[in-house]
Amino acid sequence: MQPPTPPTDPTFLSDLWTVLTLRAGFNTTTVIVGVTLLGLASGVVGSFALLRKRSLTSDAIAHAMLPGVATAYLAAVALGVNGKSLPVLLLGAAVAGLLGALMMHAINRLTRLEEDAAIGITLSVTFGLGVVLLSYIQRSPQGSAAGLHHFIFGQTAAMLPADAKLMGALALTALILGVLLFKELRLLAFNANFAQTIGLPVQFLDLALLALIVLVTVAGIQAVGIILVIALLIIPPAAARFWTDRSSRMVALGAVIGAGSGYLGAAISALAPNTPAGAAIVLTAGAIFFASMLLAPRRGALATTARAAWHRFRIATDHALENLYLAHTHDHTHPPRRQVIARPVAFYLQAARLAQRSSPVSDGGGGQSAARPEGEVRVTSHTRLTPTKAGLALGAQLRRNHLLWEEYLVTYADIARTHTDWPTDQVEHILDDTIIHRLESALEKRGVRLPPPA
Amino acid sequence: MTAPVTSPVTTQATAPTRSRLDPLPEHSADNPLSVHALTVAYHRKPVLWSIDFNAPPGSLTAVVGPNGAGKSTLIKACLGLLPKATGIVEFWGRPLRKVRDRIAYVPQRESVDWEFPVSALDVVAMGRYRKIGWCLPVSKKHKQAARDALAQVGMADLAGRQIAQLSGGQQQRVFLARALTQHADLYFMDEPFAGVDAATERTIVELLKDLRDQGKTVVCVHHDLTTVRSYFDRCLLLNTRVIAQGPVEDAFTDENIRRTYAGKLTLLSEAAQMVGPASSRSS
Repeated sequence: MQPPTPPTDPTFLSDLWTVLTLRAGFNTTTVIVGVTLLGLASGVVGSFALLRKRSLTSDAIAHAMLPGVATAYLAAVALGVNGKSLPVLLLGAAVAGLLGALMMHAINRLTRLEEDAAIGITLSVTFGLGVVLLSYIQRSPQGSAAGLHHFIFGQTAAMLPADAKLMGALALTALILGVLLFKELRLLAFNANFAQTIGLPVQFLDLALLALIVLVTVAGIQAVGIILVIALLIIPPAAARFWTDRSSRMVALGAVIGAGSGYLGAAISALAPNTPAGAAIVLTAGAIFFASMLLAPRRGALATTARAAWHRFRIATDHALENLYLAHTHDHTHPPRRQVIARPVAFYLQAARLAQRSSPVSDGGGGQSAARPEGEVRVTSHTRLTPTKAGLALGAQLRRNHLLWEEYLVTYADIARTHTDWPTDQVEHILDDTIIHRLESALEKRGVRLPPPA
Repeated sequence: MTAPVTSPVTTQATAPTRSRLDPLPEHSADNPLSVHALTVAYHRKPVLWSIDFNAPPGSLTAVVGPNGAGKSTLIKACLGLLPKATGIVEFWGRPLRKVRDRIAYVPQRESVDWEFPVSALDVVAMGRYRKIGWCLPVSKKHKQAARDALAQVGMADLAGRQIAQLSGGQQQRVFLARALTQHADLYFMDEPFAGVDAATERTIVELLKDLRDQGKTVVCVHHDLTTVRSYFDRCLLLNTRVIAQGPVEDAFTDENIRRTYAGKLTLLSEAAQMVGPASSRSS
């Protein structure tokens, strides 16, 4: 995506502005609008493909289109029709894409191979066939002018306004159908079995999704190319997923990101004729993806890493408090745990947190309620923590919950809950009294000293 | 009652084996569910073998059996989610496609990806899709119906929560609420008590009894032998074949349970352990 002139060059920036504001001539403008529509549609259709786990299937479908384009050209020439007519070539691509999908389906149904194997086989074999057909066409007398190889990497520079309009129309159709079928496709992706029990035609819906994928791919192969068109289906929805937990917003945001990538990428490629548009579009989408992956507030990598670190830290402080309680009460009924507060950094961090923390243990981390005047520990020397009264009470509760949960998980492992934040969640809030009594007496029998409930 | 050999009609009537396609005497339009000679096979291995099973109206039936006994398969085959090798499944004496509106399904909680980007309300509203129709958005009226169902399972305040942020018990309640919005007459539930907390378990039991009191029928795959007696009034003991079925007090006997779990020694001892405290508690 290296522009021919440095970006600081004022002429480049003003040129870019001219292109972005759609004043760079009719051809360029039509192409940019078409590619933007394509991005919009692929964001929508790609979201459903991603949720239904059909993204790689789409890649194989795109690759299967190369022999379709070549065959359509050969057939058109043989029939005396203009072989370079885009509608003819795209029709060939669509048919071949569907045949590729059929091939994957057949491999899946007739053998015990996994889906990824079927995808890999279809993708490589069809693409290989396409390359062979293409080289045959280029060696034939009238073939060198065909320019079919542009379909592999995409070429917007050679696109005519009519081509761009066809692309836009195909993309718009896919977009409208995708939005209309939003509710049904979402249910299909979430819970196909349930969809079938309420009488939705699940196979027809899967076929409809496939048709939408083919429509977007066919629209995209001239501008973005067979190899990279998959990126427009995967990257914008995947980037959108980082920002939201609602499929409606994911689809909308995926469409916006797709459109933005198409718009910017096509504009950059228009200014730098040596940069293939497909690559420029995909790199733009990729930049948006990586920014989303890192920075998204809740699901982004930075946020989740920070949350995991905080969680580890919280468990460590709870264990530290529990250890302080055990040392204080000289309880040796349980084998001593390795001191988790050995390292000086951890020591200061934990001391600071324990001294500050004032929420009762039961709220499971989160809202700070019922502020107590006193912290849970005092730092009495460089390496010693002394629990306060409140700290001891809290340590006792942690000890109690910890023991009960441990016993529970050992005894009733087969029905253990998955969403339990032990030892912080108070057993009494989740299990019923009979089970707790049973756990208590089991622990008592083994001579474990269990702190009483608060 | 010796029939003349010449008459083909009477010969058929006294024939020792019934034709597979003959309706059972209990095949009546009253029974919400009647399964006859149902066999399901994966490849060449039968998972269900010649199942005859009826669920009378207003009954709560537990389908009980060891792992791999075909409990979920039975439900899925009844709902047409798995192909039948042979057999007939009828609902009120009619085929499935005529009565889909009257049947609700609660799949196993683990069968879906709970990271999916939808809210609790979105999932519950899926129960209304058939009434909403194609391509139309979920209207206010249907959203309200979904909210009411969520309130019924005690989750009114969690409607907007993304489903991954719910506990296992809450996820199970969302699935139940979705079935409730269908206002069905027959409910299939696949392990609704699996991995739920005590409060959810109580909510579900209340719900099942409410449904039965309204005259609805529930068929429920259940794995906890200790609660069969207290939660259900009928049971089907299943291990590829039907071991026993009927009212709990007749069918759910120690002998039948042993036969159901025979061959699975670890499960058998576990079953004995679980039935022990249960029968002593109920007495």
